[in-house]
Amino acid sequence: MPSLLIQNGRVIDPSQSLDRVMNLLVLDGRIAALDAQPGGEQQIVDASGKIVCPGLIDMHVHLREPGREEDETIESGTAAALAGGFTTIACMPNTDPPVDSQGIVEFIRGQAARADNCHVLVVACVSKNREGKELAEIGQLVKAGAVAFSDDGSPIADPELMRRAFEYCLMFDKPVLNHCEVRELTGRAVMHEGQTSLVLGLSGMPASAEEVMASRDLTLAETTGGRYHLMHISTAGAVDMVRRAKRRQIRVTTEATPHHFTLTDECLRTFDPNCKMNPPLRGKDDVEAVIQGLADGTIDVIASDHAPHSKEKKMQELDQAPFGIVGLETTLGLVVTKLIEPGLLGWPKAIRKLTVNPARILGINKGTLQVGADADVTIIDPAVQWKVDPREFRSKSTNTPFAGWQLTGRADTVIVGGRIKFRRT
Amino acid sequence: MNPEKHDFEAVPLGWNRRHLLSLEELSAEEITLILDQAALFKQALVQRRTRLPLLPGKTCVTLFFENSTRTRTSFSLAARRLGADTVDFSAATSSLSKGETFIDTAKNIEAMGIDAVIVRHRTPGAPQLLAANLRCSVLNAGDGAHEHPTQGLLDIMTIRERKGKIEGLTIALVGDIAHSRTARSNIWGLKKLGAQVIVCGPSTLVSPRWAELGVEYSYSLDAILPRVDVLNLLRIQFERQYTRPFPSVREYAHLYAMDRKRLEKTKPDILILAPGPINRGVEVTPDVADGPHSAILEQVTNGVAVRMAALWLLLGPKEKGKLF
Repeated sequence: MPSLLIQNGRVIDPSQSLDRVMNLLVLDGRIAALDAQPGGEQQIVDASGKIVCPGLIDMHVHLREPGREEDETIESGTAAALAGGFTTIACMPNTDPPVDSQGIVEFIRGQAARADNCHVLVVACVSKNREGKELAEIGQLVKAGAVAFSDDGSPIADPELMRRAFEYCLMFDKPVLNHCEVRELTGRAVMHEGQTSLVLGLSGMPASAEEVMASRDLTLAETTGGRYHLMHISTAGAVDMVRRAKRRQIRVTTEATPHHFTLTDECLRTFDPNCKMNPPLRGKDDVEAVIQGLADGTIDVIASDHAPHSKEKKMQELDQAPFGIVGLETTLGLVVTKLIEPGLLGWPKAIRKLTVNPARILGINKGTLQVGADADVTIIDPAVQWKVDPREFRSKSTNTPFAGWQLTGRADTVIVGGRIKFRRT
Repeated sequence: MNPEKHDFEAVPLGWNRRHLLSLEELSAEEITLILDQAALFKQALVQRRTRLPLLPGKTCVTLFFENSTRTRTSFSLAARRLGADTVDFSAATSSLSKGETFIDTAKNIEAMGIDAVIVRHRTPGAPQLLAANLRCSVLNAGDGAHEHPTQGLLDIMTIRERKGKIEGLTIALVGDIAHSRTARSNIWGLKKLGAQVIVCGPSTLVSPRWAELGVEYSYSLDAILPRVDVLNLLRIQFERQYTRPFPSVREYAHLYAMDRKRLEKTKPDILILAPGPINRGVEVTPDVADGPHSAILEQVTNGVAVRMAALWLLLGPKEKGKLF
């Protein structure tokens, strides 16, 4: 593999508090030197005016394979990840069959290796068949390569199971990721409970449905010492709970999705199924609280919750349409346009939430440009203006509420293990 | 006004809509325009001119995914009285049971040469989904708990006939506000025309958030009775309730049923409406429902006139003599 010199970029690496213009040398798939000078046989990548950072990590992605290949495959999902600037993604276990056995973990890793796009980490089920009854064979799943545990798609409703999951995962130092929703409180609801749901006559999911379970989980994390990651946080109350829990040294981390810091429940006024997700788009106060949580460090991670659904399934009556939107190819642009440009979050803080923070939560040696680290590098054009056109997505699905949005900032070049895997033409 | 045929040569200026989806999106002027048109049609009907062949060759389909007898019959009659053809489509006997999607079903029906789809559906927004996907006119005949614009219009028409105005009246909607599309259409229509609206019912079915939208709310029927001009008694929508919001029908009737005793506490000229189908003894007792204050059957008559007006405005010629 020839050496690669990334020249004159603004290198931002929060893992080593780095933020200045320099050259970066990549050799044999690893970061070989910072401040390197050109010389010898090198491929030069000009990064003038661009941002060079550790390869972005999205720790909340649904790849749909096995089981729902009409929505996404591991190949198409990882291609979408590259186009979005991600070199590593973690995929959720709500496939069919679910990821509750070594065989499925190995199948996903095999498919990812064959696709040869970006790294794929596997999040496996907490419970057998994702039924929320008995623990899955977590030790065997760790052996097969699972990095974290979740029943995502379903909340872990039984507090006893949640407690055992925290305790059992401690042995392997793995986090438990939960989707917080008390289903008895959300019923058949399709959107956030608030003024908009009242006007539209749609039954609503109250913020308390998220907060009651978050509160339970935080208590159990505290008493067990377990590692808790609250997925896609969406309410002001939940953000506040996590903030207070962190002050008390509870081992909790959390993530926010771009749609929860950019859109409110008002979007449902068009009845567009692309505005139906779970957790739902919340009220204005909740969006402000999520942004505040991102700014003050309460929220550690930005993750897409990329949830592809084919058009024929998604474009139905609101109660029939499935929850979720695609996000891999719009996340970075939304972070730049809605957080960085308005001055709500600086570049280093934003990059931190997309690199070293998810890497630490997942316990992987990535998200850094330290000499010797895997050469996963994302080069971002921070100023390019572009329009979201779902027809250009690499993802198999186009279910996005951001179609037609004018965004700033996009991945320009993506390097995985020292090889240029994506280059915007 | 003389409802001779020349009154109906072209759709009045000021009406430019292709669909009737909600009252929330209409202006006060548009609502008044429909009501005035409906009054003309009613006059014609009263004069036994039951056929006004204003929409010859037009075809409407009633696409009902929820049960209904009254609304469907009312729409069909309205269309026929205007000389249009109507076709009924029932979800239970259709390809929907074979897995066809809602939009595909509607597109297939439209392709048979339909000018208007009159749709009833359990899901809020279903008519909007059709309007976005079809070229023909879409009339909302009730979408979940969202809106039922022609029901709202016929209620308002009945009030306007009996009271001579809407502006300045205090009108209470009583019952299952949370699940009532009739409540929402009434609220927007009445507010736009200048009425004071109160929503009243059990606290599990009446959100305090209504106050944010300029609607007064109350949990006590007895407390508001002395100051209301009109009561609209809504049906309990058992079929839309995910969990039972009150302990028993008996307790509900005790708190909210309009009976003779409660009638004594009202203004002497109180007007009582019910969109039906009524549960006698739950929302209203028979003596009140059939008494002199009740306009329940008039509402049904006005329903046909309002629906004729809606169809005429959506399908009639924009210029004289240019129906096609």
